[in-house]
Parts: sequence; structure tokens; C-alpha cells
Amino acid sequence: MEYSFLNDLPKVVWMLIGIASFLAVIGLMLVVIDVPRTRRDRWQAVLFLAPALILLVGGVVYPVLRTTMLSFFDRSGTEFVGLTNYLWMFRRPEILLVLRNTLLWVIFAPALATAVGLLYAVLIDRSRFESIAKSLVFLPMAISLVGASIIWRFVFAYRPADQEQYGLFNQIVVWLGGEPQLWLLDQPLNTFLLILVLIWVQAGFAMVVMSAAIKAIPSEIVEAARIDGAGPWQLFSRITLPSVWPTLLVVLVTITVQTLKVFDIVRTMTGGNYGTSVIANEMYSQAFQQGQVGQGSALAVFLFVLVVPLVILQIRRTRKARELA
Amino acid sequence: MTPTTTAPAQVPARTRRRGGAAARVRRRLSGTPAGLAAIVIAVVWTVPTAGLLVSSFRPAEQIRTTGWWTFFSSPDVTLDNYRDVLFGSSSDGQLATHFVNSFVITLPSTVFVLVIAALAAYALSWIDFRGRDWIFLGIFALQIVPLQMSLVPLLSFFSQGVSVGDVQILPAWELNGAMAFTNVWVAHTIYGLPLGIFLLHNFISQLPGTLFEAARVDGAGHGTIFLRIVLPLITPALVSLGIFQFLWVWNDLLVALIFTGGDESTAPLTVRLAELAGTRGEAWHRLTAGAFVSMVVPLLVFFLLQRYFVRGLLAGSVKG
Repeated sequence: MEYSFLNDLPKVVWMLIGIASFLAVIGLMLVVIDVPRTRRDRWQAVLFLAPALILLVGGVVYPVLRTTMLSFFDRSGTEFVGLTNYLWMFRRPEILLVLRNTLLWVIFAPALATAVGLLYAVLIDRSRFESIAKSLVFLPMAISLVGASIIWRFVFAYRPADQEQYGLFNQIVVWLGGEPQLWLLDQPLNTFLLILVLIWVQAGFAMVVMSAAIKAIPSEIVEAARIDGAGPWQLFSRITLPSVWPTLLVVLVTITVQTLKVFDIVRTMTGGNYGTSVIANEMYSQAFQQGQVGQGSALAVFLFVLVVPLVILQIRRTRKARELA
Repeated sequence: MTPTTTAPAQVPARTRRRGGAAARVRRRLSGTPAGLAAIVIAVVWTVPTAGLLVSSFRPAEQIRTTGWWTFFSSPDVTLDNYRDVLFGSSSDGQLATHFVNSFVITLPSTVFVLVIAALAAYALSWIDFRGRDWIFLGIFALQIVPLQMSLVPLLSFFSQGVSVGDVQILPAWELNGAMAFTNVWVAHTIYGLPLGIFLLHNFISQLPGTLFEAARVDGAGHGTIFLRIVLPLITPALVSLGIFQFLWVWNDLLVALIFTGGDESTAPLTVRLAELAGTRGEAWHRLTAGAFVSMVVPLLVFFLLQRYFVRGLLAGSVKG
């Protein structure tokens, strides 16, 4: 069947109806709020906040409580099974592998993405091509993780040794005189190759933020150090690094939280096969593909537990920074 | 992203340097190992995308047999891949439909978040009522909840409604055809709100208070103040947040996968592409072109609005 836009027209119409009626309701609400000329702030606040609060309570607060509860029930959510789902998580070898992989992601992705971002930000700082250089590395941030995964699958693509390679990685190996490899099937190397994709995406974020922090260092300090004869390395380790350290930690934590939730890359690159699954992906498989709602919920709760301390750490740091400011 | 500072959207002050010093640094960088390292990183970061882009314009037969770098010795350009993957049969991808789906999902999700977040942020900043700070703190805290925590109950709410015991309180949303998009809109709006309210609150709460007092003395209600005074003033912040929400929704896979139920007629580009990658992992002529179809809009947004994008990022993670 050839494509015809007419088939898709109802969707666009429904979208326009949706946006228009939403704006009409909100507009009407704003007008109605002003009709009684009273100063009952409290009721006006309720109206202003109602859409957000209803959505958040119904869509996040209640579901979080419900998921936590479901994690103590069996797959159909009717029979209480206590900690069975959690014990399952720490006993099954394939789930332990998932936990190990998640650990590898959390150790390597944030640290390397931040390191590359910082290094690059320092190297191109005040160079003539700074804005172009920044765009090049920042660009992957705009691409979906699905798109990024397809880009890298192509880089890792494999052909048997007697044929010409079209994957860049294997071609380089062949040029260097090696044998082409099935990179994505090779455990545990494949997990590191997936991590590489996230580093590729997140380094741009780290670079932009670190670059802003570097530019905020007063130039007098840099000048003074240079007059005192500090070389590039001393400048970096004694001035730049200490000055941007708080920002660096924020970036690290932010990327770590992102990493824990990473789903798209694993899904698109390997589908979680060949020993590459992570918690976020396993949760999806269990709850939505295998119908194991209890086990899926337990994985989600575990993920939440991992994220919480990181975020508390970050909140406390920020509060301290704000008190100092 | 989990931004935590309250700095409003602002670009860091560029350090003003004298030409002499800047030139010295530049001299030191060019041609040195440092400059070389920067070039290596830039190349490694750009080549994978460039390779895929070049491939997407090569005839299918050549993509399957030779590397994209051979293109430069024997250039052979075709638009067939794009034509096939966009307008061909549904087994080829028929991404044109999914392109429309992506728009139909993304535009309302962005508008809803902007409006609802602005309303809430205004109330939390400038309307006086008890418990205001607690509500703000609560919303701030919701930013950390991983999506995965809320997927199962939210999906069952859409498909089964809410019932306590045997009493059905809210019915299931049985939305079919084009109306099935409503589920995804609601889900994306919910997930976008905590960050949206937080960012806009930072901005709105820093507007000068005298502005609001004057307006109230003149007899303007909160509705009028919001429409006439606040909305025009926070446009830059709205643009920043809008770009974020737009890119986030456009690029999302998980939410779409679950709330469109993998349905052909409502799946966005990301879902369809992930599917093509899974089932026909070696059909590179479709995948290369398809990946770029999905990137066109984000790349346009990126290049046209890069400044706002960066501003939004920095508002979240670094003090200017």
C-alpha cells in the first residue's frame, strides 16, 4: 500500500482539536477566576494548581505507591508474596548479571563522559573555532538514543572475513591486519560498547556545562598564575580543576541518574540479549513482555532506591552552595 | 536531567580577555598535542554520524557490499532509500505515517506542559496561601522518580480505569483511532511537569514584586496578571523549556512504546525505528535513511535554537 497523507489527516485534526480545546478551557478558567472581585487568594491558587496537582498525584504519586505495593505481590497482583520478588532478584544468575551490568554502566559511563567533556572543554576554550568545535560534540545530545544506537550499530557492523567490511570498526581492524569480530555478541565487551554509545551522547552535555564553569573562572586568577610561570598542566590541576569541582560533581550525578534509567540503547542495540540487559530494560521485559508485574515492580523499586541517595546528595550540595552565595 | 540550582536561565558572562592573551593561548594550542587531541575527539564524535548520513544517500546494493568511505572515490547518489522508507509499503517502514505520529504526539505534549507548568509556577510564586512551600518541595522531589516506577499503574489506569473493591470509580478510557493519542499526551505531560514547574518557578519568582502589586492595586485579578504580565515576561524561559520538552518527547522511546501499545497507527518514529532495527537489523539502506528521517526535526531545532537549548541546560546545572 502506497502512503497517502489522507489516512493520517484524522490524527492531525484530533491533535488540533486537542490543543484548541485545552487552550479554550484554560483561557476560560483564567477569565472566570477574575469574575468575582474578591481577594480569596486561596481558591484562586487551587484553580491555578489543580491541573498540575491532579496529573502529578494521579500520574506519579499514586503510581509510585501502587508499584511499591505491587512489588510485594505475585504476577497477577492478587496474592501477597512478601519479599519473594526481591529475593528472586538477588538469586537468579541472569538477574545478577543484569545488576552487574548496571553497575558497569554506572561506574564507566558518567566518569568517562564527564572526563571527555571536561578535557574537550579545556582544550577548545578560547580557540578560534570554539563554537563549531562545541557544536560537533554537542550534536549527539539532540539525536534520540534510538538514532544514536543505529549510528553505532552501523559502526560495529560485521561481515565475514572473506567479504569487504562496511562497519568502520571492523574495517579499521582489518586495515590493522586483524580478523573482523562480532562485537555485539562478545561478552562482556558488548556491554562496554553499549556504554560507549551513552558516553558519546552525554559528553556533549558535560562539555557545555563544564565549559560554562571554566568561563566563570575570573581571568585575573588565570593571568596571575601564568605570570607566576604556571604551565598548561599546572594551570589545569591547580586552578581550573579546583574551581570547577562543584560543577563537575553536579554533572557526574546528573549523568549517573540518566545512566541508571538507560533503556533505549540496550533495547535498540541488542534487545537486552547476549548478556547486555540492565535494570531499566529488564523491568520493561518483566512487566510488559512477560507479564511478571510483581518482579517488574520490584526492579522498578530497586532502581528508585539507587537513584534516591544520589539526588539527596545533589540537593544538599546545591543548598550549601546557595547558602554560600 | 535533575537540575538543582535556582539560577534562572542565563548565559554565563563571557570573560573579557585582551586580544594579546587570547592570541597567546591560541598560539600555544595550535599544532601542539593539545590541539591534536581536540581534533581527534571532534573527529571521533562526528565520523559515526557522517558515515551514516553518507550511507543513507548510497544505492542499497552498495551499502550492503562496500564501506561508506568508498563513496568518496566513486560517488553515487540516490534518494531511493528515503523514498522507500518514507512512502513505501508498511513493511518497508512507511515512516511518513510515523513522522506524522511523532508530531501529533509531541506538539500537544509540549503545549500542555508549558501552560500547566506556567500556571502552577505562578501560583507557587505569587499567590499567597498556606502550604505553598510544601507543595513546591513535593513537586521538586517528584523529579527524581524514575519513569519506570509509574508505568504499570498508569497503564492500568488507562486500560481499566480506577476501581475500589468492586466499585468502578473512573471508567477505562476506551479511545480508538486518532483519539488513542490522548493517552500518550497525558503520560508525557505528567512526566514533563515536575521539571517544567521547577524551571519556570525559578524564573517567575525572580520577577520584580512591585509589578504585581501595581497591577493588583489597579484591580487586576490573578487571571489577568498571568495572561497580560507574566506570560509575555517569561517567554525566554518558555522557549527554553519548550525546546527541552519537545526534544525529550520527540526522542522518547519508553513512554511511547508503552502508551501507544506498539500500535502501527499511533507509534512514533522512535518506536518504529527500534522495531526495524530489531527485525531487519541488516536492512541498512532503510535503517540509515530512517535514522535520518527521525533526526531531521531535532537537528533543525538544535541548529536554529541552540542558544536557548544551552541556556536551558545551564539553568539546570551550573550557576552562571
